Amino acid sequence: MKYSVNSVWENKDQYDVAVVGAGHAGCEAALAAARLGFRTVLFTVSVDSIALMPCNPNIGGSSKGHLVREIDALGGEMGKVIDRTFIQSKMLNRSKGPAVHSLRAQADKSAYSRAMRQVLQEQENLDIRQMEVTDILTETNPESGKRTVTGLQTYSGAIYRCRAVVLCTGTYLRARCIYGDVSMQTGPNGLQAANYLTESLKSLGIEMNRFKTGTPARIDKRSVDFSKMEEQKGDEHVVPFSFTTDPDSVQIDQVSCWLTYTNETTHEIIRNNLDRSPLFSGMIEGTGPRYCPSIEDKVVKFSDKKRHQVFIEPEGIETNEMYVGGMSSSLPEDVQYAMYRSVPGLENAKIVRNAYAIEYDCIDARQLKSTLEFKEIDGLFSGGQFNGSSGYEEAAAQGLIAGINAARKLQEKEGIVIDRSQGYIGVLIDDLVTKESHEPYRMMTSRAEYRLLLRQDNADQRLTKIGYEIGLVSEERYEHLKEKEKMIAAEIERVNHVNIGTSEKVQKILEQHGSTALVSGTTLAELIRRPELSYEVLAEIDEERKVLPAEVIEQVNINIKYDGYIKRQQRQVEQFKKLENKKIPEEINYDEIQSLRIEAKQKLNAIRPASIGQASRISGVSPADVSVLLVYLGGKNRE
Amino acid sequence: MLNKETIAAISTGMSNSGIGIVRISGDDAFQIIDRIYKGKKKLSEADSHTIHYGFIKDGGETVDEVLVSVMRAPRTFTGEDTVEINCHGGVYVVQRVLETVLKNGARPAEPGEFTKRAFLNGKMDLSQAEAVIDVITSKNEYALQSSVSQLRGSVKKKIETMRETLLYHTAFIETALDDPEHISVDGYGETLEKELIPIREELKKLIDSAGNGRIIKEGIQTVILGKPNAGKSSLLNVLSGRERAIVTEIEGTTRDVLEEQIHLNGLNLNMIDTAGIRQTEDVVEKIGVEKAREYAESADLIIYVADASRKLDENDREIVQIIAGKKVVVLLNKSDLEPVLTREELGIFLEDEFPVIEVSAKEEKGIRELEQQLKTMFLSGDLSFNDEVMITNMRQKSALQDAYMSLRKVQESIEDQMPEDFYSIDLMDAYEALGSITGETIGEDLVNEIFSKFCMGK
Repeated sequence: MKYSVNSVWENKDQYDVAVVGAGHAGCEAALAAARLGFRTVLFTVSVDSIALMPCNPNIGGSSKGHLVREIDALGGEMGKVIDRTFIQSKMLNRSKGPAVHSLRAQADKSAYSRAMRQVLQEQENLDIRQMEVTDILTETNPESGKRTVTGLQTYSGAIYRCRAVVLCTGTYLRARCIYGDVSMQTGPNGLQAANYLTESLKSLGIEMNRFKTGTPARIDKRSVDFSKMEEQKGDEHVVPFSFTTDPDSVQIDQVSCWLTYTNETTHEIIRNNLDRSPLFSGMIEGTGPRYCPSIEDKVVKFSDKKRHQVFIEPEGIETNEMYVGGMSSSLPEDVQYAMYRSVPGLENAKIVRNAYAIEYDCIDARQLKSTLEFKEIDGLFSGGQFNGSSGYEEAAAQGLIAGINAARKLQEKEGIVIDRSQGYIGVLIDDLVTKESHEPYRMMTSRAEYRLLLRQDNADQRLTKIGYEIGLVSEERYEHLKEKEKMIAAEIERVNHVNIGTSEKVQKILEQHGSTALVSGTTLAELIRRPELSYEVLAEIDEERKVLPAEVIEQVNINIKYDGYIKRQQRQVEQFKKLENKKIPEEINYDEIQSLRIEAKQKLNAIRPASIGQASRISGVSPADVSVLLVYLGGKNRE
Repeated sequence: MLNKETIAAISTGMSNSGIGIVRISGDDAFQIIDRIYKGKKKLSEADSHTIHYGFIKDGGETVDEVLVSVMRAPRTFTGEDTVEINCHGGVYVVQRVLETVLKNGARPAEPGEFTKRAFLNGKMDLSQAEAVIDVITSKNEYALQSSVSQLRGSVKKKIETMRETLLYHTAFIETALDDPEHISVDGYGETLEKELIPIREELKKLIDSAGNGRIIKEGIQTVILGKPNAGKSSLLNVLSGRERAIVTEIEGTTRDVLEEQIHLNGLNLNMIDTAGIRQTEDVVEKIGVEKAREYAESADLIIYVADASRKLDENDREIVQIIAGKKVVVLLNKSDLEPVLTREELGIFLEDEFPVIEVSAKEEKGIRELEQQLKTMFLSGDLSFNDEVMITNMRQKSALQDAYMSLRKVQESIEDQMPEDFYSIDLMDAYEALGSITGETIGEDLVNEIFSKFCMGK
């Protein structure tokens, strides 16, 4: 039972910021607040579950890798920790354009958790507290009627006073794990759920959603026949996530993943047992994501596909558990055995942990500002799966921003908002706080409209200056970046002006790389733009070239090669910024604007966008409504 | 392409009076006029608030002999650099001049955009804010109505099909980029190019035909009303010169609404033939009658066909109510038969002073008089049409061109062996441009397509 009246007491330790939940969002939030000098307490239901990876054993992946690099560029922790604890790494989409290159690492899960926990434990200003938080305490300003956070209360009855709270409850709120007709009131991995906080939030007027996600079984490595599978190795040369990691330090011995496939028998087993799925019986009410469908979803929805890929991935070095990627499920236990064992190489598979679906409470993030503070409650911030997203990286990114902005609130500084032209973090948060969503939100590269500018290779150039100004990036690191940028600019300038004649040497190099011979002179930059050539292969005919760091060469090559496309997107960004910079005053009364259509009025009233740009992205707000809004604001400004 | 900030439109109401003004406003206004104007001096170097004589050229071809006013910011209507081209060659030529301007770097102005800019740049009084908003909303409403409802059915279908194809392929590429270990997009350029060839051809045809008003129907919206079998369809056939509407002796044959573009004496009439107005229980026919009312409501001109061979009845009374206070020409049809209803009787019956002309659709009598009447009304300014329709057509043509150019860029990227992720950027631009014609926005289309058509891993 929750505390009684007798056990209520006030903890007199002085805290400025309290973070609820120590998953990937909570860790970044707590570190950011503490590093910015605020006394921070981090609550978790179990200290042993700090930075837990309850689903896939990966950090990064398409567009998620971008997020990790951006977190790092701003001074976050995730990239550094995975660089120390990965056991395999790949740069995905290497054969595609630089915008979609994306790092993806296999993590040693327990090593990752331990390493992150150690960082937290050693962090000045930061205390870890194992305890369930049950109530958020607020006071109401008698004049404005607006609530302000004053602290929180725990399951044990203790009251902690603080000036900002960051909610990062992940999948723990009223969590329920389900397979077949078995249902457990627990969070992921059998961990204790947080069953009380939802009520407290509702009483503050916060609207809650219920989402669902799922995970596949973990199987015993000794029971797997790898000879029937294709081996998937890591990259020969590993690129680190963090811009601060020495590239030499990540060239380690890597472990392999394994690829196998489902077959008609597997699908038959699934089809025959669909009526036993909790989704069909109505036991699961939450909305699941379309992008990581359970194997039963895939079999039903894509019935013409004869087989689906299955990746067998190690969960760490010191464990024999293997993650069965591609086969998440909430079918009953006996069906799970049958279906996994129908897959080549898994005939004798022993299940260590069952696959399950998990349901949890979260919010509609449109109740938040772009700073991740609740519009209606001063000092209350939130990040991660609680905001309706999915994935470790999405969570960490929001946690970092929420933590930074909680700190900035106390510093009485304006909140940090990364916009859609500055980073995937901006796209992620803007989508969450602007668009209606019926499923956990996953980052995707197609969601970023300026992705040629938002590359993983230039995250430092985009965001490290901001990180430095916030106070999370050191002077030394910032100076290093400035030096790098100088070198890049100088070299691009030089290459644009290096003239190349039609000498024999030049023609020979061109021929060697299958490039057509020159008829007349040109510049080195023009040659680099040819698809079959690059900055590096033309070294021989570039006599003045100095030795430059690899990170500089990479930038020079990309910027010259894709110059036309990059410039085009830069022009689009200029237009975007114009609308983004037209701020809408918080006190605007949309009902007063006669000519707005009713639908637009309703949506604008509900979301209360911060800028004309954000308003234009709300579905149901037409370009004409935006024009009306512009004229209305133009008039207001002159009054 | 959507970022072009210099805008252009025809700023006079369209009439056949001959003179029309194309206005260009924005930072690139002078650059654009320099590209297309041939005269004594370069207009970018001309003094502000001066007028210049010369020619508008589209490549080698002379489009019109013009007077061009050059006005520099901020002393202009919009507060921006502004160029106004006074054209002399009539409706068609003004349209061609605007097209030439658009081709050279301006985009068609959004409804009410000049006014909006004028206001935002402080050129209008604060008290006018409300009026400015009204202009924007009413023009937008009209534009939206005309852009979508006047889009020809076949064009709409074609555009929708093209969009489906573009979205599908973009979604495929994006799925592969998001989930490269499950789906490979290597060498997709060739497949894609094969799909894009017919789309580009189709777009080209649409662009070429856009000049003839085949994208949307322009002209004076004219509705023909009359009780069943009064001879509306026969009249339309005479005017259009061919058998289009089904003409029979049975009442209520023309159930649907028929439309026809008719050129009379240089006037463009967009004729809408309706089901006869009649009290009816027949459901299908009722829809037709409702439609007739609806069309009559928004028409620029109504032609009421009365039947000289029959007595006035309930149906005629109904029509008189519909047409009260509108621009109407009344035709007393079947003047070749024994008259039951005379011109005088009809005149008394009508509540307004409408011109009445005796015609015989069957013997093609009185048609010349009708033409003359319409021309008189048009020239006296009694009859006009909303220029927004034509501008809408321009906007749509411009959107088609944008889509075409984006697909050409995809083609170039494929030829240059650019990586596949570059294709989808231009594919989505084309998708968006086409959507602006049918009135759709992108929203979550791509993400939805990815999830519904392709199986992602994890």
